[in-house]
Amino acid sequence: MTSMGTTGFEITVNLIKTVLVFLMMVQAVPILVWLERRGSAFIQNRFGPNRVGPLGLLQLLADAVKFLTKEDFAPEKGNRFMFYAAPVFALIPAAIAYMAIPMSVPLKLETATFLIQGFEINVGIVFVLGISSLAAYTILMAGWGSGSKFSLMGAMRASAQIISYELALGLSIVGVILMYGTFNFNEMILQQQGPLSFNAFGYTVATAALPNWGIFYQPVGMILFFAATFAESNRLPFDLAEGEAELVAGFHTEYGGFKMLMFFIGEYGHMMIASGLMATFFFGGYGIPYVSIQDVQNFGMNLFGSEIAANVFNTVVHFLCYNIKFGLFLWIFIWVRWTLPRFRYDQLMDLGWKTMLPWALVNTMVTAAVMFVTTYFMF
Amino acid sequence: MPLGGVIFITIFIGVFGFILIRLARLTGGKAVKTSQAKFDIYECGIPVQEKKDTKISVKFYLTAILFILFDIEIIFMYPWAANYKNFLTSGNGPFVFGAMAFFLAVFIFGLWWEIKSKALEWD
Repeated sequence: MTSMGTTGFEITVNLIKTVLVFLMMVQAVPILVWLERRGSAFIQNRFGPNRVGPLGLLQLLADAVKFLTKEDFAPEKGNRFMFYAAPVFALIPAAIAYMAIPMSVPLKLETATFLIQGFEINVGIVFVLGISSLAAYTILMAGWGSGSKFSLMGAMRASAQIISYELALGLSIVGVILMYGTFNFNEMILQQQGPLSFNAFGYTVATAALPNWGIFYQPVGMILFFAATFAESNRLPFDLAEGEAELVAGFHTEYGGFKMLMFFIGEYGHMMIASGLMATFFFGGYGIPYVSIQDVQNFGMNLFGSEIAANVFNTVVHFLCYNIKFGLFLWIFIWVRWTLPRFRYDQLMDLGWKTMLPWALVNTMVTAAVMFVTTYFMF
Repeated sequence: MPLGGVIFITIFIGVFGFILIRLARLTGGKAVKTSQAKFDIYECGIPVQEKKDTKISVKFYLTAILFILFDIEIIFMYPWAANYKNFLTSGNGPFVFGAMAFFLAVFIFGLWWEIKSKALEWD
């Protein structure tokens, strides 16, 4: 485990950094909401919000003003503490899990090195899985605190769904851990640098045409993982928690205004975690395909002629690359939401337990067997 | 320790969320009780019939129990998976592979039994 720093300066910077990552997550939500509304309009061949500001971008501000001027309401029959605490707690697991995902190469200044992530954790995968699944508690709190049967039913469905897909999610990553042999996200990303190359039967297979990304080793794992994250973040086609046709709005039936917005931040936060993990596990994280970190560093050195400027340049370029991948997966989340219809509840549970879990098991066994055979048999 | 950072940001987000909710209370005001219906929980157009003692299908509890069983088994695979490469290169591969194959066989038997005994049927 790397520490939060030894000197007062380092500790201060690291703590401010966690706050910055959290604020980044929060400010990404209005942009995503805008993207979702414009994107859905684009997919459904209509205009979407286009009146407030250029391309409707100021719609976010208008929404915020509306949220602020809403009356603060709590149902009389509910549990007031849980009702108010649930939206606050919804932010915490999403934000903390998101912080463990590295976003760029560490920034080297004269004396200290700063990681471009909230905090580095050696058991990153276990940490992210453990923390992000705490979201089930906030949903149950909301459902129980509202005192409404629709909320409670939505919350029970959501928690059963989240824990069921937790299995497929956890098992689909075992193949990834087998390939990389580490829980640490930074080490995984460094292993995905360079062109595709691996050892099999005593030979080294290499091709410069493809980057050394996890997707080429774990295609089935990638599909299972991505599908399971849709269920984890309660997005369509698995948004049974808020199936409007049956449950009004599910666990947030009684919520409105800012409290509702905070649930949204939590939900979008889980999408961001899923997108970040997809990029990290299967698509090289912040790494740029065909270009190594050292190439960017040398380019920066030639451009600016100073070590620190080159370091900053390197970090910024990789940060942009990470965000392109990250944004692409977020767009896929939105795209899928407006393309697929909702599952039925029994279909959802069957898919999770009887289809994805066995497939993930097969993926694990095949990965382990292939690694075993290709290491032990030489030709 | 990153733990310090985790605790710090947890408290920060808690305070941040609390302030947001207080702010919304200040700007929007407390809901004015113009009628009892406004403060009732949602119901499909009739006076409230049920409170939160709504009956919940026992299937949810069964799912939770099965989840705990299987999730612990999956967590056992994580350290094995992280060290598998090292075991292969150090020559312990056959033993480690065989041990996990046995463990997975038990896992698959459990899953098969669970499906066969219709624990996962939703009707």
